[in-house]
Amino acid sequence: MEHTDLAAQRPPGSELLAEQVDAAERDLLAAARPQRRAVGQASFDALIDGEHKVEPTDWMPEGYRAGLIRQIAQHAHSEVVGMQPERNWITRAPSLRRKAILLAKVQDEAGHGLYLYSAAETLGVSREWMLDALHEGRQRYLSFINYPTLTWADVGALAWLTDGAAVVNQVTLCRSSYGPYARAMVRVCREESFHHRQGFDALRVLAAGTPAQRAMAQDAVDRWWYPALAMFGPPHNRSTHSDRSMAWKIKRFSNDELRQRFVDICVPQAEVLGVRLPDPALRWNAERGHHDFTEPDWDELRRVVAGHGPCNRQRMDHRRRVHEDGAWVREAATAYAAKHHGGPQHSTAHQGAPAARQGLPA
Amino acid sequence: MSAAPADWPLWEVFVRARRGLTHLHVGSVHAPDAELALHNARDLHTRRGEGASIWVVPAEHITATDPDDKDAYFDPALDKDFRHPGHFELPEGVEHL
Repeated sequence: MEHTDLAAQRPPGSELLAEQVDAAERDLLAAARPQRRAVGQASFDALIDGEHKVEPTDWMPEGYRAGLIRQIAQHAHSEVVGMQPERNWITRAPSLRRKAILLAKVQDEAGHGLYLYSAAETLGVSREWMLDALHEGRQRYLSFINYPTLTWADVGALAWLTDGAAVVNQVTLCRSSYGPYARAMVRVCREESFHHRQGFDALRVLAAGTPAQRAMAQDAVDRWWYPALAMFGPPHNRSTHSDRSMAWKIKRFSNDELRQRFVDICVPQAEVLGVRLPDPALRWNAERGHHDFTEPDWDELRRVVAGHGPCNRQRMDHRRRVHEDGAWVREAATAYAAKHHGGPQHSTAHQGAPAARQGLPA
Repeated sequence: MSAAPADWPLWEVFVRARRGLTHLHVGSVHAPDAELALHNARDLHTRRGEGASIWVVPAEHITATDPDDKDAYFDPALDKDFRHPGHFELPEGVEHL
């Protein structure tokens, strides 16, 4: 297969976000300029203040490490568990083309999970530890995944709205202060624009279809709008981790700023689609230069995060079951390697492997 | 849980985008052996035709400089500015030099 230039495949209309990803990548290069030598907290502060990237081998405060592990693991789990609502429609996609597209998208989500697990591993945690934490409920995934995909239109609305929200959030994470996370995000964002775009495309076909198809598209948008808005997390003044994350430049914008950006992006796109965003209070505010809108129901978000959404139990049961069902594959691969190559020789501690210490992954 | 991926070694992945370019490090995968490491690397890192060739190397076989020795290790190169051609002043009008 010929090498294809990703830039050349970029759909019109995605330039703004794509340019931001390109700019973040240039910043990654610029951040690699030499910095003065310092040790401990002083070296860390110098990296953060000087807009350099923190790498796995650098000293970092325990809270920075723990916060990153929490955030990156939650992000990775969201990619992995997030395959479930879409997988629901792979066998029932309306055409072979849509089926192939959905398969490729779900495969990308698995890949994004792997990039992110690799980035988290550079912080000294193992993949198995993260999976255990997910399966035992000590780490979480994004709450929107706990809502069901009831119709084919949900596949389009889910991708347009929740992948759209993810892109808005992740484009800013390309500038995260932690090098492996920022690099993983550059890669994820480039691929995510395909997800976002295919959802818009699937929804556009329905929205231009029969009255029944249009109703289906509208119904899906009605159900996914608020779960997508809630993805940015609680308002800044109620967010547990926001202040520290922003001081450390793990994240660059508040939940509220990103949510506003997302709403402003969606309104004209909904007009093109011919669907109505389900918020009677949604209107342009010329004074602010932004749209006013109704915030998500934060009590609902709290309930869903606490495990009481429509599909929490189903998602976790399925996740644990496929992990157990896949055990024989992992065991067989290990047994085959032992028989034919005398390997795997021994367990590789992630902290110990020189390449991992150098921050090569992600 | 004796055969979980945690027991699988880490492999560093290098991809050559196309003929004429070097293999570049793109990330890492876990796999029990080289063959599966290649498969995993293909599935993870070349889903969009990014590669014409892949290398996988066991991470433990990479010998790396110690980041704490960075200064002592690389400093000696810093005061040899004359290795860069721009160090030398050329008289006006000299070409092809």
